[in-house]
Amino acid sequence: MFKTPEGKEIFVIDGHTHFWDGSPENQSNIHGKQFIDCFYAYHTNLSPTEELWEKSKFEKYSEEDIYRDLFIDGPNDMAIIQSTYLKDFYKNGFSSIERSTKMAARHPERFIVNGSFDPRDGEKALEYIHYMKEEFDIKGVKMYTAEWNGDSKGWALNDPSAYKCFELCDKLGIRNIHVHKGPTIIPLSKDAFDVHDVDYAATDFQNLNWIIEHCGLPRLDDFCWIATQETNVYGGLAVALPFIHSRPRYFAEVIAELLWWVGEDKILFGSDYAIWTPQWLVEKLWAFQIPEDISSERGGVQLTEEIKEKILGLNAAKLYNIDVEAKKKQLAGAPVQIAAE
Amino acid sequence: MFLANLMIERELEVWDRLSAVSDPELDEPITDMNFVERVEISDTDAVLVEFRLPTYWCSPNFAFLMAFGIRTEVLALPWVREVTVQLNDHCFGDEVNAGVNSGRSFREIFAENCDGAVLDEVVEKFAAKAFDRRQEVVLLAARSLVGSAANVVSMKLGVLRKMHFSGEEELRQLPRYLDLLEERELAVNDDDLAFPTWEGKVIPAEELEAHLKRLRSTRINMEFNGAMCRGLASTRYHEVEIGPEGPTLIDFMAGRVPPRTAPQAGH
Repeated sequence: MFKTPEGKEIFVIDGHTHFWDGSPENQSNIHGKQFIDCFYAYHTNLSPTEELWEKSKFEKYSEEDIYRDLFIDGPNDMAIIQSTYLKDFYKNGFSSIERSTKMAARHPERFIVNGSFDPRDGEKALEYIHYMKEEFDIKGVKMYTAEWNGDSKGWALNDPSAYKCFELCDKLGIRNIHVHKGPTIIPLSKDAFDVHDVDYAATDFQNLNWIIEHCGLPRLDDFCWIATQETNVYGGLAVALPFIHSRPRYFAEVIAELLWWVGEDKILFGSDYAIWTPQWLVEKLWAFQIPEDISSERGGVQLTEEIKEKILGLNAAKLYNIDVEAKKKQLAGAPVQIAAE
Repeated sequence: MFLANLMIERELEVWDRLSAVSDPELDEPITDMNFVERVEISDTDAVLVEFRLPTYWCSPNFAFLMAFGIRTEVLALPWVREVTVQLNDHCFGDEVNAGVNSGRSFREIFAENCDGAVLDEVVEKFAAKAFDRRQEVVLLAARSLVGSAANVVSMKLGVLRKMHFSGEEELRQLPRYLDLLEERELAVNDDDLAFPTWEGKVIPAEELEAHLKRLRSTRINMEFNGAMCRGLASTRYHEVEIGPEGPTLIDFMAGRVPPRTAPQAGH
């Protein structure tokens, strides 16, 4: 729960978090080291100084750390944990559904754990989707189209093998497809950040919600255009939001573009924990106003309190069928546990 | 002393050529982005250029383009006998370095590494974005001087060439915009239109606002990427330390040398 300076209580769902193990013990090769190093560079580059972590904690943090950072020191009511395997880089995967589910089991009322699959695995991918549904009853998945797999350095959402998987997701009621379209690693011969496959997949799978993490940065312009056309395409703010601290005017321009093109009902808050912690992000977002000159160039769009509430939790609640009032009551009965158990 | 001066002069010439190589995605010179880590000139007039990108994962196709761009620019100096380009700490570093120093063409090397693919489409897409970004700055500045939409969309190149801008960004982008107009033969003669679209069409006055809206979104995107890359580069370059022999020219160019404090009275 985030409490505004005026004392108003705001319901927060953090749409993009991880429980990863990037420690040297889990790294398979230099790529694994470079991957977590790159995340750490994002962390050190865009965090306020007082929010910086030691490298070793960043590589691998505990179940107690994530609970404290998100819910005790942090403003979250709920968090969506994404799975990212990176099997070629990490022995036990970077953040697996099994490890995240085990962590989340201590506070199941607060976590939604999403799965992940790789369509290039063919039949095995389909079997794996069944397994995740039966074993973990997943409501969503995280797609990492730039993930390496043997000789392949990436795939597209509209590949035929991917369509088979999305058909199955649709059938099993796995409705929320989070797609990493952001700073990424390479399909080599293409524009590495291309977002046009989203357009095809969203048109062909109208029952599914396509949440484009990082708003397609660094292809924000293309993403805005696609999201305007497709009613089932959403933008996740992870990575865009931390600019609110280091470059507030850039952030204002980005959020103004998103409000103008994509609209207030289709933007989702995400801290990208543990790259960033949510408390300072939410505080700054709540206090933020789009400067007059930037707003007036886009028909006067502004971050009103009503819009901020939608971004911080209500939009995600709709996607995941969460009854906010009932959830608030449930959480009030199970307050965050500050003392050691 | 003469030799030392000559070497510094030559190193500056190399830097000057390197500033003509841009990151295709950001449309910013690689020297402004602090990507170049080391320039070394041997007694035999062989030049070594080392560069590093903001992350290990930065798009290899752009890394290929920049590496070949560096090679072409440095080889254009008449005294240079040989160039070695080295990309450091990159997931495709070995392939890029082997390719760029093999003496073979970009096309051939790239196709070999990417199942016969060519990069033309991607290059073209980013050239268009670079054009949009440069045009927005110049177009907004020109419009504020001539007033109406109708005046600016019908402005001739000869008029634009003689315009005096004052803002820093306008002064920086005007020659870059003019270069691109000429290179692409979008406007060459004084009586050509100064503000055609990338496809070479006239912008109708009533569509100027919509046109500018599109240019703006391209710019925001590129600036955002630029900010991200600069930040990541500065974080990554933190590890670079000044060697035992003191700062070299590159340390000054990369802003790694703290300003000298004035000697205190009495010392």
